[in-house]
Amino acid sequence: MLFALDWLLPEPDDTRARLKAVTAALAAGDAAQAAAGLADLARHRLDLSALAHVGKRGRALLAMDAAAGGLSPVRLGLLGWSTLSFTADAIMGTAPRFGLAIDVVEGDFGSPLQQALNPASRINSAGLDMLLLASDARALGLAAPAMSAADAADRVEAALAQVQAIIAGVRPHIGSALLVETCVPPLEPIFGNWDAVSGLAPLALVEAFNRKLIAWAAAEGVVIIDVARAAASVGLARWHDPRQWHGAKLAVAPDAAPAHADLVVRAIAAIRGKAKKCLVLDLDNTLWGGVIGDDGVEGIVLGQGSGRGEAHLAVQQMALDLRSRGVILAVCSKNEDAAARLPFREHPDMLLKEAHIAVFQANWQDKASNLRAIASALNIGIDALVFLDDNPAERAQVRAELPMVAVPEVGSDPALYPRLVLSAGYFELLSLSEEDRLRADLYQKNAERAALAASASDMDGFLTSLEMVCTIGRVDPVSRPRVAQLINKSNQFNLTTRRYSEAEVAALEADPAVHAIQVRLADRFGDNGIIAVLIARRGASTADGRPAWAIDTWLMSCRVLERRIEQACLAHLVAAARADGAEALLGTYIPSPKNMMVADHYAKLGFAPAGAEGRATHWQLDLAGRPAPDLPMTIIDSAA
Amino acid sequence: MLAIIRDIMADVLDIDADEVGPETTADDFEEWDSLSHIRLMVAIERRFGISFDNAEIADLQNVGEMIALIEAKGGKA
Repeated sequence: MLFALDWLLPEPDDTRARLKAVTAALAAGDAAQAAAGLADLARHRLDLSALAHVGKRGRALLAMDAAAGGLSPVRLGLLGWSTLSFTADAIMGTAPRFGLAIDVVEGDFGSPLQQALNPASRINSAGLDMLLLASDARALGLAAPAMSAADAADRVEAALAQVQAIIAGVRPHIGSALLVETCVPPLEPIFGNWDAVSGLAPLALVEAFNRKLIAWAAAEGVVIIDVARAAASVGLARWHDPRQWHGAKLAVAPDAAPAHADLVVRAIAAIRGKAKKCLVLDLDNTLWGGVIGDDGVEGIVLGQGSGRGEAHLAVQQMALDLRSRGVILAVCSKNEDAAARLPFREHPDMLLKEAHIAVFQANWQDKASNLRAIASALNIGIDALVFLDDNPAERAQVRAELPMVAVPEVGSDPALYPRLVLSAGYFELLSLSEEDRLRADLYQKNAERAALAASASDMDGFLTSLEMVCTIGRVDPVSRPRVAQLINKSNQFNLTTRRYSEAEVAALEADPAVHAIQVRLADRFGDNGIIAVLIARRGASTADGRPAWAIDTWLMSCRVLERRIEQACLAHLVAAARADGAEALLGTYIPSPKNMMVADHYAKLGFAPAGAEGRATHWQLDLAGRPAPDLPMTIIDSAA
Repeated sequence: MLAIIRDIMADVLDIDADEVGPETTADDFEEWDSLSHIRLMVAIERRFGISFDNAEIADLQNVGEMIALIEAKGGKA
């Protein structure tokens, strides 16, 4: 599965022509066209060579257009002990698959520690957003057997210390995130079966190292790329090619490079907030065997007793498991609505119930239109959808109409669906917050709130009926993980789209010149958790020299739109800035491909235009004589 | 056989390979460096279902010798 990236379309037979078309678009200066062509190619199962060609053009695109034609640009440093050029090629070629344009800066061969410790090294002076350290058992002294338990422990500690020193060296020079790979154990046994018992075999050393590495990384906010696990699922014999190690110091076999790169890039995409959010399920022959409209509840194949029925159950179980970790579920089916809902209500073996489905679209419209409706109802981007459908024609229609939707290329056997969908890494998670666990429920509740809104005659009456409690507090170590997650994921309601890592958020908390707050919202349907983050900087001044606060970051979760939370946030800022002696608030809107919805945010809140800089617009609100607004909620403010 | 090799080279090296002949060497193409040579060998192994030793690869002087090696390994067009 992972080795061949089986969930992607097979490589097209006209790769060369498509590459030429991208070259032509680049020559014509058409960045958007080039980006679309690269993304289209990268959605196929490309081998290392094709990835290298895509990557080369991605780099040319970045050189031509800093905005990469709509792909999200990332400068990634690569350090390790082996030849990393293929890894670099494969990562750059894979990037457009995830909506990214990655330019890789390769460290020099074989001396990562020296490069990390030298502030003037190419890696440390390249202005990198992220850095990936490719661990290697041989270079870290873990590939030969230990002679005693003490020797084993010493070597594991020394290996970890080396990785820690490298990360400490590069950390001040990396803007956003640090990624470290787990070590792949050597395939070859040394003691035989006793390897598992000894604690001395290379396998034992690597496993001990990986455990310590993972614990350290979690505590330090370093992102783990679990290459050891990927190599195990691909098969160590395919991951390691001794000929390529000795011939070219390649730690990953060329044929495994596409899988390796996918593993890395999906994590980078998640850091950039591009992980998928919603699994959209077809019904007939996906969630059950047969056609409900023809076969009826008694006729569909589902449940114990038949291989096919159990396989469909497993698909449902996968959906439920994803839902429990925060993935939203939706249904998109060509059916009469009543017929489509029948199994959910009446079939005794159905694991999925209507209550698990946030949006249920069963009608005769085309699926692309229904997917648009699902994204719009959930207030998430269309590119946050994964669409699982057994029907190749439906998949093709969706791919043609909505290329940004992830459509796993599943065959006709449902037994393989869970493995394909889960191996594809669509829902890559960097950490699990309480909000993640509750999210699927929250979106459900939103649908109920929308129904209530439709029945409430006036908006303020509706909002009052929600019994909202808005809690404003400083960003602190407890809220930090969720705050960092929002900072890195929020695209739509985000005025400046500035990304800060957890470590950077910690630094902001400690900075006396910064006022960083997080806002929680509960209502009678439940607790929404942290739904807004604002970061303001003291010590700014207006054009005419009066003291002011500058709003660096203002973002909100889209699920609390139309709840007047913006006004509550602004009221807090006005009061806090005024208490600090400021006379104005300064706001900036930096347009991105996704944040058009807040282009008028400051105007709506009463800010006056205060100039523009490139595509960014500046806004100013004078604080004198601004009354506190009357808002339909209880506000608990501990950050004033 | 030469046509197949040209096709593989065009795919692997991102070049127009129409001019490739038995006398062609890595010096003739900027894109044909030591790393893309590895990709080329991997692609040939995959296409013909054969496997090279590092020593055999190191000895190759031009496309003609490469074809001879493929045929000696039982690779058929």
